[in-house]
Amino acid sequence: MSGFRRDDLEDHPPHRYPGYRSTQTRAPSRPPVPLPHTVSETTGTQFSRANLGPVDHDLTRQHEGRPIGQKIIVTGRVLDQDGTPVPGTMVETWQANAAGRYAHDADQHDGPLDPNFSGGGRCLTGDDGTYRFVTIQPGAYPWQNHPNAWRPAHIHFSVFGPAVATRLITQMYFPGDPLLDHDPIYQSVPPHARDRLVATFDFDVTIPGEALGYTFDIVLRGPEATPPEE
Amino acid sequence: MEFEPTPAQTIGPFFAVMLPLGSNRLVDESTPGAITISGRVFDGSGEPVADALLEMWQADATGEYPSGSYGETAFPGFGRCATGPGGEFSFVTVKPGPVPGHDERRQAPHMTVTIFARGLLNRLVTRIYFPDEVHANERDPLLQSIDDPATRATLIAEPTGPASYRFDIRLQGEGETAFLAI
Repeated sequence: MSGFRRDDLEDHPPHRYPGYRSTQTRAPSRPPVPLPHTVSETTGTQFSRANLGPVDHDLTRQHEGRPIGQKIIVTGRVLDQDGTPVPGTMVETWQANAAGRYAHDADQHDGPLDPNFSGGGRCLTGDDGTYRFVTIQPGAYPWQNHPNAWRPAHIHFSVFGPAVATRLITQMYFPGDPLLDHDPIYQSVPPHARDRLVATFDFDVTIPGEALGYTFDIVLRGPEATPPEE
Repeated sequence: MEFEPTPAQTIGPFFAVMLPLGSNRLVDESTPGAITISGRVFDGSGEPVADALLEMWQADATGEYPSGSYGETAFPGFGRCATGPGGEFSFVTVKPGPVPGHDERRQAPHMTVTIFARGLLNRLVTRIYFPDEVHANERDPLLQSIDDPATRATLIAEPTGPASYRFDIRLQGEGETAFLAI
């Protein structure tokens, strides 16, 4: 059975990162147990169009009115490490509204809710691995990690890929955000890999007179090289 | 050309809007052979983790993983459950059959559990094995690769009834669950 390439720890944040307070009691203290990939790891749930609603990809059209905020297009491709597109895979997003407030009971931020914005998106990648969302620019928001802590504007991304081994949840940030230098969640990523989480402003993606455009490609683990037959 | 993997980030506490996709009831309770697996997630100070998302992936009762799309196969194989205020979760499902391993040995029946939470910068992965599969567990490649019996025991659910099991997850410290590098 062919498996997937192993995560290089240099590509990902460590479980324990002192600047991010919640990791102190939640990061495992023991190293993980190595597990050769089996069918349990090389398979995973797959989705189809039947799992999507008609406006799941357009967060500006999920309510009667239009949400407040700068309309943006966020698009990109889901690829593996060989650059091979990952077609037909589910991409989920969730985000705060333009005021930095999530439509979530536990969000204590004083920013106003927007009755026309839920902040959740879903789509399947096309044959070339492309996904595309229409949404609004999320706001930054304060959090309790340290004094005067602010999360930079971000969109959460959840991608399944072909297998349990390729499952990824991450966050996309916006270029030029001065809060990135002060955000322990972003800074937890090894320095050389951080800019992989920052979208690119792309005039080709904009809709003239209507929406700004960003591209954000997502790279999942690729298949491991097949060993030669003995 | 080599493409650089996208780094993981925490799921954060506000993921509820994505929950409508997926369910913790893979089968109806009235299904013959239905079982319930419930448990709680705890942090290193013994506090419940009330904002975790668990995803489960398993074979059906015959040991086959679903080969079609979610919602279009007889058994979905995939489940999702957000933990409640006490860190609690549950899945209603069927016990999976044994599946092939990476070598000639078959694997004992198990479910794969992926854990996301605020404070977890990357996901954690573990497995749930069954206490009534003593013989299969004794020959399971993963369980046998773990030397410490107490660590091995963290992967085996406890029976709580004829069709119910408990599986607690301890992220850190005493009784820490064995997490897997996959």
